[in-house]
Amino acid sequence: MKRPARIAAVIVASALLLAAGGVDSKPTHARASASPPTKIGKGEGQLDLIAWDGYVESGKNDPKADWVTPFEQQTGCKVTVKFEPTSDDMVAAMREGGGGAYDGVSASGDASNRLIAGGNVAVVNTKLIKGFSDINKKLQSPPHNTVNGKHYGVSFMWGANVLLYNTDVVKPAPTSWSVVFDPKSPYAGKLTAYDSPIYIADAAIYLKATKPSLKITDPYELTPKQLAAAVAVLKPMAKGIAKYWGLAGDEVDLFANGSVVAGQAWPYQGVALQRDGKPVRAIIPKEKVTGWADTWMMSSKAKHPNCMYKWMNWTLTPEVQAQVAAFVNYDPANPKACSILGQAVCDGLHVTDPKYFASISFWKTPLSNCGDKRGNACTDYSVWTQKWTEIKG
Amino acid sequence: MHRLLGVDAEVDRDQGLTKRTEPRTPTRRLQLSAALHGRPRLKLALLLVPPIVWIGVIYLGSLTLLFASAFWRVDELSGTIVHDWGLQNFRTIWENEIYHTVAFRTIKFAAAVTVIDIMLAFPLAYYVARIARPKSRPVILLLIVMPLWSSYLVRAFAWRTILSHNGVLDWATSKLGLGAIGIGYSDTAVLIVFCYLWLPFVILPIYTALERIPSSLLEASQDLGAKNATTFRRVVLPLAKPGIVAGSIFSFALTLGDYIAPSLVGKTQFIGNIVKDNVGAANNAPFAAAYALIPVAIMAVYLTVARRMGAFEEL
Repeated sequence: MKRPARIAAVIVASALLLAAGGVDSKPTHARASASPPTKIGKGEGQLDLIAWDGYVESGKNDPKADWVTPFEQQTGCKVTVKFEPTSDDMVAAMREGGGGAYDGVSASGDASNRLIAGGNVAVVNTKLIKGFSDINKKLQSPPHNTVNGKHYGVSFMWGANVLLYNTDVVKPAPTSWSVVFDPKSPYAGKLTAYDSPIYIADAAIYLKATKPSLKITDPYELTPKQLAAAVAVLKPMAKGIAKYWGLAGDEVDLFANGSVVAGQAWPYQGVALQRDGKPVRAIIPKEKVTGWADTWMMSSKAKHPNCMYKWMNWTLTPEVQAQVAAFVNYDPANPKACSILGQAVCDGLHVTDPKYFASISFWKTPLSNCGDKRGNACTDYSVWTQKWTEIKG
Repeated sequence: MHRLLGVDAEVDRDQGLTKRTEPRTPTRRLQLSAALHGRPRLKLALLLVPPIVWIGVIYLGSLTLLFASAFWRVDELSGTIVHDWGLQNFRTIWENEIYHTVAFRTIKFAAAVTVIDIMLAFPLAYYVARIARPKSRPVILLLIVMPLWSSYLVRAFAWRTILSHNGVLDWATSKLGLGAIGIGYSDTAVLIVFCYLWLPFVILPIYTALERIPSSLLEASQDLGAKNATTFRRVVLPLAKPGIVAGSIFSFALTLGDYIAPSLVGKTQFIGNIVKDNVGAANNAPFAAAYALIPVAIMAVYLTVARRMGAFEEL
């Protein structure tokens, strides 16, 4: 063996040893074994959060929208936040490096159960949450954050995924999702859609209303045949997409510069654009909508649990709920916020309207178990992810 | 005297017959230098430890881990990596058309960017190396390298603003009466940005190769009756070839691995986007690793061929 070859062999061998070391180190299955605390101690001075756009504002986007600075002043917990564009990114961030990099997350229903199943989030002692009983009854113990009677977080905000359109261009005013899903839409080329596999459910909602023969009952419980039908709607639509959006700010830019004239959005984008004087409107189309209900969850390995408990308490107060609702135009989980928002605003948001609440198909993780008599006939999220890659092409 | 020689006073007086009372305590540095004296292999080993750790552990080690994890899988519910060895990731890649489409698209783009960049870089490099006055050469080279000193992200975002709907480009062309071009978020936009981003990396090796050609060779060629075109084809081009190949390694490899430019200025997926989505959103690092082996394999072949063509002499 020539010398360089010998050196190379040593290098590769040591690299292999290292890799073998990697094989041996089994992942530690984080289980929230520790029982929840019985009182909130002194703040640890810091709080690291994962959140949706618009949930953790310190007055930088809008000087009036600031519920972080007073929190920091009152509790001494310095808040840092990382905004993630999708539920999948949130789950990945909470699991990063075995968990513990962040204290809490504003998880939607399609992320929360994954985090609970993965042992990434801790059981919360709701006795320590002031005003827990004020939460909208439907959101006190919903299946997306309460498993076996254990609460894994505190509900925060909920809302619908709306159809946003440019009122100068899209005429007559649309009433149906067909403006984005119909392959003959006059606005093809100037459409946008949310860049996540969960968007398949929006197509399923549209099909549920327009193609009853598919017998879609729940947009997250799709058999392979129903999923294929949704993919068949989304694939031709991809050609008419100017760009998929991830972070809310991306979509705001797309609408603001005219690249896009119609597409699915969160109410937040509509409000942000209207604040800048852009001619946009957000509507709930006649086929109904998908939506989300978000929960503040605490990491099972949180480094600053006291600050997280203080944060969950803080964000549930009617004052903060009202501030957030006014900033993002979502529904507050605590209807007491209405006394501050005013009844007119709350009626516009349908905060206490059970019919409106029931009309939204809230995000949840698709599983192979359909959850009804069809049994394990449904497609799980890994299949959705695969299909989403195909749709984008 | 003893002070001058640095010897003990006693030793000096007895003409060196007494033993030195206290031996001079050698400093650490002297000890080290003494230990290394006459041991060239040890010296070499010490010098090589940091680079070997760097290359062996950090670079090759992570490559090996990448290769190994491509055979693992992710537990669906908990999202943790399960160390069961299997070919499932490769089967997914093999069986799903989309992964072929994306891989071929990426390779196609890498090839196109390389060809375009060489066509743009060669005349410029030739001008700087052989035509420009020696005084202005450093200035032009500085201008070529300058973009590399600003952030990649800033440049990519700048292009997004230029190419997007109602952006700078559309504004300029409509002012010229050509109407808006509207290539925002298209494949063309991605191609333009890639070509721009990697151009300096292609110019520099070609420039180095061209600059090294002795003028005497060109004169000899002319003396022997070769026309300019013949001299170019039979003297300049063969001698510049290693530089061209070296430059092409940069443009090809960088395009193959990039995912930021496509996600900023385009909307279609490249190998890097699939890898990124699987590491982040889909939380499937093993699949990402398996898919990332495709560009690694392509580059291995590319580099072998490039080495044969003498590209590594120009790096």
